Amino acid sequence: MSAIDELFRRLRTIGRPAFVAFVPAGDPDLQFTEDLLHRFARLGVDLCELGIPYSDPIADGPVIQAAYTRALAKGIKVQEVFDLVGRIAGRLNFPIALMTSYSIVFRRGLEDFVRQCARTGVAGLIVPDLPIEEAAPLGEVCRSFDLSLIPLVTPTTPPDRARRIAAQASGFIYYVSVTGITGERDQLPEELVQKLSWLRSQTDLPVCVGFGISRPEHIATLAPIADGVIVGSAIVRRIAEAQSKPREQVLEETCQFVDSLLRPIRGKNPTFP
Amino acid sequence: MRTALRDWPDTRGRFGPFGGRFVPETLIFALDQLERAYEAAPADVNFQRQLEALLAEYVGRPSPLYFAARLTEHCGGAQIFLKREDLNHTGAHKINNTLGQALLTIRMGKRRVIAETGAGQHGVATATACARFGLECVIYMGEEDMRRQRPNVFNMRLLGAEVRPVTSGSRTLRDAINEALRDWMTTVETTHYCLGSVVGPHPFPRIVRDFQSVIGRETRQQCLERLGRLPDIVVACVGGGSNAAGMFYPFIDDEEVQLVGVEAGGRQLQLGQHAATLHCGRPGVLHGSYSYVLQDEDGQTLPVHSVSAGLDYPGVGPEHSYWKEVGRVRYTVATDEEALAAFDTLARLEGILPALESAHALAEAMKLASTLPKDKVIVVCLSGRGDKDAAEVARIRGMPF
Repeated sequence: MSAIDELFRRLRTIGRPAFVAFVPAGDPDLQFTEDLLHRFARLGVDLCELGIPYSDPIADGPVIQAAYTRALAKGIKVQEVFDLVGRIAGRLNFPIALMTSYSIVFRRGLEDFVRQCARTGVAGLIVPDLPIEEAAPLGEVCRSFDLSLIPLVTPTTPPDRARRIAAQASGFIYYVSVTGITGERDQLPEELVQKLSWLRSQTDLPVCVGFGISRPEHIATLAPIADGVIVGSAIVRRIAEAQSKPREQVLEETCQFVDSLLRPIRGKNPTFP
Repeated sequence: MRTALRDWPDTRGRFGPFGGRFVPETLIFALDQLERAYEAAPADVNFQRQLEALLAEYVGRPSPLYFAARLTEHCGGAQIFLKREDLNHTGAHKINNTLGQALLTIRMGKRRVIAETGAGQHGVATATACARFGLECVIYMGEEDMRRQRPNVFNMRLLGAEVRPVTSGSRTLRDAINEALRDWMTTVETTHYCLGSVVGPHPFPRIVRDFQSVIGRETRQQCLERLGRLPDIVVACVGGGSNAAGMFYPFIDDEEVQLVGVEAGGRQLQLGQHAATLHCGRPGVLHGSYSYVLQDEDGQTLPVHSVSAGLDYPGVGPEHSYWKEVGRVRYTVATDEEALAAFDTLARLEGILPALESAHALAEAMKLASTLPKDKVIVVCLSGRGDKDAAEVARIRGMPF
């Protein structure tokens, strides 16, 4: 059982959804990422998706693309991300899942990449450009290291395919709220509630929803019907302000924002955190 | 059991180990839909008839196989023939594919088409097909390529297409593909992505190869009719590799025919100075497919350079990777300088301005011809015409334009 499985088991017993924060590693630098994750731990973030920058992220909107471009321009290496996780994973009270392109995983070698994950304390892996047809080799390696390989299901995924994806998944299922790329949206799609409920009825695994979620009211809407909510671009946009503001101020403001997102979830359980 | 070379890809879109589908889940639905539409098309007599009529009456096919007598004399060896794809409507081979995909778009009930373009030839060919069928058309083009290929940008707009400049990354073909894929992620239910080369996720490498195979089929037949035999060597340039795939595929089982693909050697074969993916790269994943790529040790795409915007790409079609791996096609390089010299030579000796892409193939053919006896026959795929490159050539040479 991975740390992600344990997290959701615990949350189910207390009856609240997980708050999942996406952070791009190395923007503006790895020290900032490290500081931010420590503060997230104090705020009560449940899970962090740490993005390994990739040169051609086709599923990402302009905000995350720009963060990756900045990190790569400073010469960030995959090994440095592993080193960061190795330094801090044991001291954080939430699990870390790495999110990156299959290009990055493949170049390192599946076995080597997953071994590094296990060694440094990574609990799960999200590879958005690895559909189920191509995922078997990585899935096998992940199983042997007890690492969750978290798949994506989208509004365009037909029902029978969604069931097949769920059957092979581990950790949780990442439900993509919109047909599109990452980025903040004012409103969540109308059919989201219904599609999410259907998917949850098809699997025992937790279903977390992401893409476009950027406001406390989005979280309030989703909290009763999702096992977790994932926020990416809205956080990354605040981190990006480190280009022009003092880093302490940016850390503070990012945490204030995350705190505002956590409020609707905490409301469900007065004993939290 | 061994699969014959012509029988790839398999049902998973693999050419040997290469190819496949490495794309976000959102796009799988559209790729499945495209695959189904394409599988059903050959059974539809109307589809075939319509495509054949368009190729004959609208594109002007078959394109001539031209004996380049003065070029042959100049090289002093093997006879050089040119397959004149430059004489197609819109001036390049790209139209063979875009008309086919436009018909598929209509079959799928979609009304909006997006495409990437490097040199602008595929953009113009897509805009043309869309105008012909009344489809909405958006072309993604890197800012750097828009500068290098200004006439094509203007032509696309005249044809009613919207040209969207891509300002991310290297601002060339690779970034244009990224942006087109991002557009498709959002609009996939109503939009067809008309990919211009034999790259990307399955079924694109197969579909584009098949639509381009008219080049090789005609060449094969023209050689048999005219020479009474097959050529000794067939040469084509390789960026993503669509004209080469279309030219080579019908010859793939003719073991006596040597096939030579020519990549962009750029300034020199050093990091960032070339686009010779098969020559210098290694297998990896880029733009949805497992194939040779130019990446660093982390899997990040490396910068590339070529004088020709159409070859300026850090990946290559998966079938080319397979042909390289099994040794069926020899892949080599021509430098910027060699391509520019071939451009001049063909212009002065034959009165033909070749596209800078095609000039890479010509450069290799001229080299080969000079080492071979006069009874040998080399066919070069002259994939496009060079009018679009005149301004860039003038700029490089410091000539007024």
